[in-house]
Amino acid sequence: MTTKLMGQKVQRTEDQRFLRGQGRYADDVAVSPDTLHCAVLRSPHAHARIVDIDVSGVLDVDGVHAVWTHDDLEGAMAEPLPLLIPHPALTEGRTQYALAKDEVNYVGEAIAFVVAADRYLAEDAVSRIEVTYDFLPPVVGIDAARAATNLVHPDVPGNVAARMEQSTGDVDAAMRKAPHTLALDLTVERSACTPLEGRGTVARWDPDTNRLQVWTSTQTSTGVRAVVAAKLGLDLGQVDVVTPDVGGGFGVKINHPWPEELLVPLAAMTLGRTVKFTEDRREHFISSAHERGQVQHIEVGFDDDGRLLALDVQFWHDHGAYIPYGLIVPIITSTQLLGPYKPRAYRVVFESLYTNTVMVTPYRGAGRPQGCYAMERTMDAIAEFLGRDRTEVRAANFIQPDEFPYDQGLIFQDGRELEYDSGDYPAMLEKAKALIGWDEFPAFRDEMAAEGRRVGIGLACYVEGTGVGPYEGAHVHIETSGKVKVATGLTTQGQGHQTVFAQLVADTLGCRFEDVEVVTGDTRRMPYAVGTFASRAAVMSGSAIHLAALRAREKVLRIAADALEAAEDDLEINDGVVSVKGAPLDGGAAIDLGTVAVLSNPLRYAFDEKSRIATQFSVGDPGKPPVADDDEPGLEGKDFYSPERATFASGMHAVIVETDPDTAEITILKYAVVHDCGRLINPMIVEGQIHGGVAQGIGGALYERMAYDESGQLLNASFMDFLMPYVTEMPDGIDIDHLETPSPLNPLGIKGAGEAGVIPSAAVFASAISDAEGFPITAMPISPSELFALRRSLVEPVETEDPS
Amino acid sequence: MTEELHQVTLSVNGVAHEVTVPARRLLSDALRHDLGLTGTHVGCEHGVCGACTVLLDGRPTRACLMFAVTAQGAAITTVEGLAEPDGSLGPVQQAFAECHGLQCGFCTPGFLTTITAGLRDNPTPTHEEAREMVSGNLCRCTGYQNIVKAVERAAELGRTAKDAS
Amino acid sequence: MKPAPFRYHRPATPAEAWETLAADPGAKVLAGGQSLVPLLSMRLASPPALVDINAVAGLDAIEIRDDGVHVGALVRHADLLASPEAGKVQPLLARALVHVAHPTIRNRGTSVGSLVHADSAAELPAVLALLGGSVVAGSVRGTRTVPAEQLFVGPLESSLRPDELALGAVFPALPEGAGVAFGEVARRHGDYALCGVAALVHGDTVKASYLSVSDVPTVVDLTGVPEEELGDVALQHLDPVGDIHATADYRAQLVRVLTKKVVRQARLDRLDDREAR
Repeated sequence: MTTKLMGQKVQRTEDQRFLRGQGRYADDVAVSPDTLHCAVLRSPHAHARIVDIDVSGVLDVDGVHAVWTHDDLEGAMAEPLPLLIPHPALTEGRTQYALAKDEVNYVGEAIAFVVAADRYLAEDAVSRIEVTYDFLPPVVGIDAARAATNLVHPDVPGNVAARMEQSTGDVDAAMRKAPHTLALDLTVERSACTPLEGRGTVARWDPDTNRLQVWTSTQTSTGVRAVVAAKLGLDLGQVDVVTPDVGGGFGVKINHPWPEELLVPLAAMTLGRTVKFTEDRREHFISSAHERGQVQHIEVGFDDDGRLLALDVQFWHDHGAYIPYGLIVPIITSTQLLGPYKPRAYRVVFESLYTNTVMVTPYRGAGRPQGCYAMERTMDAIAEFLGRDRTEVRAANFIQPDEFPYDQGLIFQDGRELEYDSGDYPAMLEKAKALIGWDEFPAFRDEMAAEGRRVGIGLACYVEGTGVGPYEGAHVHIETSGKVKVATGLTTQGQGHQTVFAQLVADTLGCRFEDVEVVTGDTRRMPYAVGTFASRAAVMSGSAIHLAALRAREKVLRIAADALEAAEDDLEINDGVVSVKGAPLDGGAAIDLGTVAVLSNPLRYAFDEKSRIATQFSVGDPGKPPVADDDEPGLEGKDFYSPERATFASGMHAVIVETDPDTAEITILKYAVVHDCGRLINPMIVEGQIHGGVAQGIGGALYERMAYDESGQLLNASFMDFLMPYVTEMPDGIDIDHLETPSPLNPLGIKGAGEAGVIPSAAVFASAISDAEGFPITAMPISPSELFALRRSLVEPVETEDPS
Repeated sequence: MTEELHQVTLSVNGVAHEVTVPARRLLSDALRHDLGLTGTHVGCEHGVCGACTVLLDGRPTRACLMFAVTAQGAAITTVEGLAEPDGSLGPVQQAFAECHGLQCGFCTPGFLTTITAGLRDNPTPTHEEAREMVSGNLCRCTGYQNIVKAVERAAELGRTAKDAS
Repeated sequence: MKPAPFRYHRPATPAEAWETLAADPGAKVLAGGQSLVPLLSMRLASPPALVDINAVAGLDAIEIRDDGVHVGALVRHADLLASPEAGKVQPLLARALVHVAHPTIRNRGTSVGSLVHADSAAELPAVLALLGGSVVAGSVRGTRTVPAEQLFVGPLESSLRPDELALGAVFPALPEGAGVAFGEVARRHGDYALCGVAALVHGDTVKASYLSVSDVPTVVDLTGVPEEELGDVALQHLDPVGDIHATADYRAQLVRVLTKKVVRQARLDRLDDREAR
């Protein structure tokens, strides 16, 4: 009997190529002296009208093949880039052009595009282009956007792209009646996904077949394919998009098309050469996307036990200069803010604001970290006000295990009801408390205080809608060799899809894991797909692959039953061999998958031993057509999975920090995670996802920010000054415990896991630092310098010397 | 103006390659684009991320902070040169696979080269030394937890191999 | 992020190097390149020519002489850090060098290059200044010794002339009975310090040298200052400024905290030394 692989820590098959340096990322494609390379002239100014662009200094430069500005673009390419996700509330949606037309709205906006023999020459050429600007006053930061003294887009009043409100219950009445009320003002600053591989696109036009081949470092190859075809005036069938290995995405690569994703294919067609664009690190900072920046105002009414009677939230979301990805991020903040809690009445209003900065698209967590921060800071404030333990106040508000499915009464980012499918928050809290040592902490605090050391503990809870629709599909093809070729359309950025999807196929089909080969993100293999975001790959493609493998299995059994003269129900498939249940393996009737594949496809021509067996003269019933009316040749299964709504994962993080009384340095002493993503396919990979999420969360809470000055210059557009954590900034060990409440929405009972690790970070660190310091933390991230300033302003007089 | 070109011999993974490059050609670009050894990755081109780390005469060095012309005469080892002569994974590579020390794989070559040299110089690192060994390389996927485990596992594998030989 | 074109010279001797520097005005010296190459790649600097001294013979020695540790222009930080002789003669070197970036950068970056790059946020300029060391420079006009107090003239500005090549540096030996210590606070391990302090205690004399809180490495004489006032006295000679990583006020706090701590360590170092003997 084959061991089930679901739930096993199976080592990753993709590692073999990565570890040998044989991964193939976008910049590794088409390595050849014949490949042309691009560079982009980007705006050095945050807000300006373009008066003139003089490219005359470039045209005659050796090695330069093309230089384009907006004037050189035609048809759909000259139109603004698409607003990918429209929404009725998004009344003032604006998107940029592939190359700026008349004005620039952020430092980094693409103005001119150069194609040259290599990147060095392309950069030389860019430096010779001269642009004359008329400066306009820049709008930087949420305060400036709200003040609206200056406008980013002259036709967008108040810099407001959208105002959206949702509510349940009568918040005003509930607030009036509440025994206690509090108000909080909170801020979160910008950060960014910052994958180690930036964006990259390669394109090749084949004039012999009139086809365009595009490789791009994306989270959606089907999306890129559709937009490239639309913008370049090609039939969809002429465009193939392949996602090569991707060096991290974390959200930023779901946005599409980037200007270069259109300009590179256009250049390949125009010049008849393979053309490559590889974004450099500075470009990634100023011309991809950021996230997280919000200002929040919360009013809350509660009873003596801390139960939420009325929750009234307003927030202002900085979406940068353009809004191609619509309102996804603020909608998620506004809905997922509720976490595991059930306020009696809830109202949320947000405004999504233009600023003259890099645009905002989802970054791992996608608005949830901000929502979690708002909610959990509120919980801490209530506990502080009531003098209650912070975990008690949370527990008083939990949705109980017997209340699922639980409808929060709101509309989620996918346009569906925000209805939680399953979870067990009280059990999770107990696990989290045990894991961090919540009840033992007061004694630890005293012990540390006796040594002159200062520590604090924090906890934060979240619920995450994962696996949103609309669908994913999968194709399973059993070849006559017995190898199982699987394709799903969404893309991979390091999540180990080749491994986990092969686990599912091996389990469902009964083949050997080693015989399964999974391809993702190749539109030639699976042209219908959505993409990898919203922690949806395992849920969506995992389910689709399971269903497709079931289809293939059905056909295997049907053909095998015929061949073995047995009933389908009496057959089983183990290690790629179909046999009668209970029959001895040696000598019993059995047929391997490869042979079943041979039988599935009647051929006219024999070209090898297997095809000789499969010719129409040796298989089938001579009295019937070689392929029955309701059948197809070949041993394949194809299916799509399209759930009614998202499935809701949940988790709780807790942390113990130490703050230095003198230098205000913040050290993590212990970090604990309890996580529920339903049934686990591969716990090793899920834990890896959590580790990575926690690391990004620590970065976002304590180190990383986008430091814009008032003129809209990003002051830290390098790894020198954008402080991504090294190992030395990580805790030595992250304690993880799992809870598995299966999702009833999909056949495998799974929920998404990709984003979870990052969601509660700002909240949990704010909680722990507040606890250590004795004053509320209301702005994240926080640096030692800022903590020191808070001490100065909030705890006068300055702390006296230590007693030693 | 045509840029002056220089003939350089790059000795990479034991093989000498003649390349003709302008002086400004970064070693990382020469390895990747002139020699087609794309295992060495470029994550920042200002020496911070460590993805491009190669061994230069055995010492971990940022390939993005060197010009190919300067590497004339040096022995360079890239990730492509870390497997065993029989093609199987070397101990550091093997440990990364066992410990799930990589996700997207982009930073991985720099870690592998750095750790290979680190364990050569210190085959039995303490836990703290294992962390210190990887403290100059950025990874955005793993949170480093399993990378540190992989360093310790690689040290173990190295010892086993030594005992066996 | 690719450098602009430049002429490339690869001299084999110091004389050849300085003749090249004289003949190609504006040329910059390339040694370890760990600071220079990023500047070139970001095109924040685009000199017309580079003089790559990595093939120059005789510049890679660490020598112990009566007056201290002589460090050649091609000695990498890692070599100096690993030199037991250097560590014995002047223990402050190793204590500071472990804070210089990350080991991989130290494998390539040169100690003398760091000195003449004259970054007041770097460790070695502060050390050289504290110890009263010097740099030896050569040019077609001959060689000369530039003492630390004349070397650092402004932010990222040394007093070496454009045609001069730094041949080496001298870090004076630790005097008998003296103690030294180094401490810094950085945002991340390996980053440039928000504030760093090197201290030397010898007899009654107490001196501290600072990085990242003044335009040039600054040495402050703290002899006779009570422990509680050390930082405030030092601050009278320093000019911490704010940036995206820390406010001026916070840096001033670090001056206070680190001065007290590092001077205390230097005093202990002196005692430890005595006990060890």
